[in-house]
Amino acid sequence: MIALLMRDLRLAMRAGGGFGLGLAFFLIVTVMVPLSVGPQAALLGSIAPGVLWLGALLACLLSLDRLLALDWEDGSLDLLATAPLPLEAAVSVKALAHWITTGLPLVLAAPVLGVLLNLPVPGFKWVMISLLLGTPALSVIGTFGAALTVGLKRGGLLMSLLVMPLYMPTLIFGAEVARRGAIGMDIQTPLLMLAGISAASIALLPFASAAVLRINLR
Amino acid sequence: MSLRISDLCIARGGIPVLEGLSFALEPGQALILRGPNGSGKTTLLRTIAGLQPPVSGTIEGAEDMIAYAGHSDGIKPTLTVSENLDFWAQVFGTEGIAAAIEAFDLDILRDRPAGELSAGQKRRLGLSRMLVTGRPIWVLDEPTVSLDAKSVMMFAEAVRAHLGQGGSALIATHIDLGLDSAVLEVGPFKAKLPAIDDFDGAFL
Repeated sequence: MIALLMRDLRLAMRAGGGFGLGLAFFLIVTVMVPLSVGPQAALLGSIAPGVLWLGALLACLLSLDRLLALDWEDGSLDLLATAPLPLEAAVSVKALAHWITTGLPLVLAAPVLGVLLNLPVPGFKWVMISLLLGTPALSVIGTFGAALTVGLKRGGLLMSLLVMPLYMPTLIFGAEVARRGAIGMDIQTPLLMLAGISAASIALLPFASAAVLRINLR
Repeated sequence: MSLRISDLCIARGGIPVLEGLSFALEPGQALILRGPNGSGKTTLLRTIAGLQPPVSGTIEGAEDMIAYAGHSDGIKPTLTVSENLDFWAQVFGTEGIAAAIEAFDLDILRDRPAGELSAGQKRRLGLSRMLVTGRPIWVLDEPTVSLDAKSVMMFAEAVRAHLGQGGSALIATHIDLGLDSAVLEVGPFKAKLPAIDDFDGAFL
């Protein structure tokens, strides 16, 4: 498992690996929003948590179609499926690698970009915490979407359509934590819901991903 | 550790391709599969490797025993030759890639990114993966594609050494590898069954 994680991280860092793709997209979205909204600091401050969450979600979505498709194209997925590593473990590790290369940089970049969006000071902590809790769910759900569409050429559109509704609960509760945190309201309920969604996705979805992958490999 | 196939029926895309297939592969033996294009050799090998379920019949002794090599080599172009092999050695929990590097004469290519290799060199790298898996049964689908005559000899030598160590090999190929092995012609097992009317099958 560690070998697979290290390989995926190494591939992401090498030329053409796509590391930084999500981060660059996140940066573009959040830099463009203040320019398009105009000089209204109060409005910007109140939409900042939602914009940061939406940007992070779209950045995650952008990098999903490479998650399993590259391994499928060069035949490594067939070989992994016949290796001693269970497919459930393999998809979990791939989701983890996706989170480390995409989700974690987003969490770390969010407070910096929050400054650009005039995010209220109490919000910084909660934006980071909500993203830290929510992005693992985005990676795991995304891996499931990638597994569903793995054999399809140009499956990116179909995958986005399939994954979008599954992303909604994470987005709703994640952005709610950040919004309430920013204006000093009680965050306990959405925070627990977000943590629950992440925990359930991480626990259950690898089995679903492995099952659909087995079907797609036939 | 012998592989036993009995009364196997396999399908591709809902259409049965081979039926009534039975054979056994004992340690130290190789079996060459022959048959025209589209006769179901690849489907048979993928079924035996566990990538798809058979329609009927049983496969015994395949679980965790098989090293499979299909049409594509599963090589990552941005990793070097030794990084590619090291990865598979770690996945299969075996030690050392030196024997594999030596058997397929990859020493001078060790630190080259695999994406820069020629088609034949990539194939050699793909085949050398079989040696690092440490699995006793090799299932190879057209292993000699894009190999030159010298590399084919190298490959045949590796298979012979593997058989000598009590391993076995099931190889679908169109050329003569010079191995002293049985040949199974799959043509006579062509399925005469109608297409499987199983709408849910595509989803389950």
